[in-house]
Amino acid sequence: MKVLVAVKRVVDYNVKVRVKADHSGVDLANVKMSMNPFCEIAVEEAVRLKEKGIASEIVAVSVGPAQAQEQLRTALALGADRAILIETDEELGSLAVAKLLKAVVDQEQPQLVITGKQAIDSDNNQTGQMLAALTGYAQGTFASKVEVAGDKLKVVREIDGGLQTLELALPAIVTTDLRLNEPRYASLPNIMKAKKKPLETVKPADLGVSVASTLKVLKVEAPAERQAGIKVGSVAELVEKLKNEAKVI
Amino acid sequence: MAILVIAEHDNAVLAAATLNTVAAAQRIGGDIHVLVAGAGCAAVAEAAAKIAGVAKVLVADEAAYAHRLAENVAPLIAKLASGYSHVLAPASTNGKNYLPRVAALLDVDQLSEIVAVESADTFKRPIYAGNAIATVQSSAPIKVITVRATAFDAAAGEGGSASIEALAGAGEAGKSRFVGEELAKSDRPELTSAKVVISGGRGLQSGENFQLLYALADKLGAAVGASRAAVDAGFAPNDMQVGQTGKIVAPDLYIAVGISGAIQHLAGMKDSKVIVAINKDAEAPIFQVADYGLVADLFEAVPELEKQL
Repeated sequence: MKVLVAVKRVVDYNVKVRVKADHSGVDLANVKMSMNPFCEIAVEEAVRLKEKGIASEIVAVSVGPAQAQEQLRTALALGADRAILIETDEELGSLAVAKLLKAVVDQEQPQLVITGKQAIDSDNNQTGQMLAALTGYAQGTFASKVEVAGDKLKVVREIDGGLQTLELALPAIVTTDLRLNEPRYASLPNIMKAKKKPLETVKPADLGVSVASTLKVLKVEAPAERQAGIKVGSVAELVEKLKNEAKVI
Repeated sequence: MAILVIAEHDNAVLAAATLNTVAAAQRIGGDIHVLVAGAGCAAVAEAAAKIAGVAKVLVADEAAYAHRLAENVAPLIAKLASGYSHVLAPASTNGKNYLPRVAALLDVDQLSEIVAVESADTFKRPIYAGNAIATVQSSAPIKVITVRATAFDAAAGEGGSASIEALAGAGEAGKSRFVGEELAKSDRPELTSAKVVISGGRGLQSGENFQLLYALADKLGAAVGASRAAVDAGFAPNDMQVGQTGKIVAPDLYIAVGISGAIQHLAGMKDSKVIVAINKDAEAPIFQVADYGLVADLFEAVPELEKQL
């Protein structure tokens, strides 16, 4: 079956972001950008399905600026067969991204779409679920295990307090959680090979999708800084402070 | 203007996060209705009707909603939503699962995990794992919002007397089937609603050593959490993870034991009222956010702390 994987170019997870002085957003100038960690897990899962002989073709798709080609090349180096960049310099909301992905799903007709559960920049945790709504497919969010069994998909999900297992009709949308797998690193020969794999670029308008948003960011601020408190010398002093000063025990 | 709050529950008990979500709705202002979608959930509806400030409880009680599967619940909520200015759900794994599906069915943008209400159309929400706070204005005709429960003081669970109205359900979508679930059984409070949380990091050195924390937790009536490093090392299961990629907690007292304080962990606990750090490395970043720091070997300090309480 054909598997579609969505990947997003985001600020690298090791970067401590800073808010711009004019509060218009965070400063992304000269900051290292990478594939969103949850998207790496999505690519890895698709590649494992191909290695098991379940997936026949992996198509990686990204919505973002021209530079997002780098993340698509990474996906190709990890094992995707071809890539589609929906190029836009606008920062799009999850609904707009889901609509663009829906247009790609209509064209490509994958049996399975895998996305990350959330991107570590906007922290929305919406796109996969929205794509499921727009396509009418079942959704297996926050997946920690995925098994294809005939025309069904068994998904183990990370839920509050434990794990839940669902059986979904295919085609379906899966969003990845941390424990689904440990992504591999791309080998140098595969990085070289990835340069020759097909990467197609389209614009949102080519797909006939309006990307207008009803959300407007008025300002972005740094969170309130927490002041370091005091060091206590002993357990007895700690207990005394918690009882009499902080009054929390 | 009326606001629809989606209740979080397990068919038997109304989850506390519902009260925090009602509190967020009160900040917006307007009549508040609560939807209880479940199977055999009459007790939950009765509990919801007692929440102070709730005008009406809508109950959709049928087998299709037993596990709040998104494919079944989302069309029900979307159909109801047209009568409301706002639809709010707790940012639990349930709310995060079904609410974006509702938003897309309504063709509106969603606001995720708001932490403050500025006005009926303007909200604050953390981005970049809480390293920045965005103030976002929505012009959507229906504002679909998940609420970070720890950011709002709970509405009173008693004192209300809302009417309860039964709703006809929309039935099975036939796309997904519940197979089973494994819930961690514990007598301790739930991590995200506990007043006291004790978390262990890589400094614990093994899963067995978490027993030290459990013993202390039992003394304090606390929940036990873990850093991502401890989860990655296999010392604790993932559902105990506190941090950017795990649970966000804000208890009255947070005790970090053997946790260095990586950015990703701090993102999950820095809104706690009082933070205690116990670590043998005096330079650990956790001390920069701790109200009380104790530089000590945790294997001596934790048992002693337990003894002195």
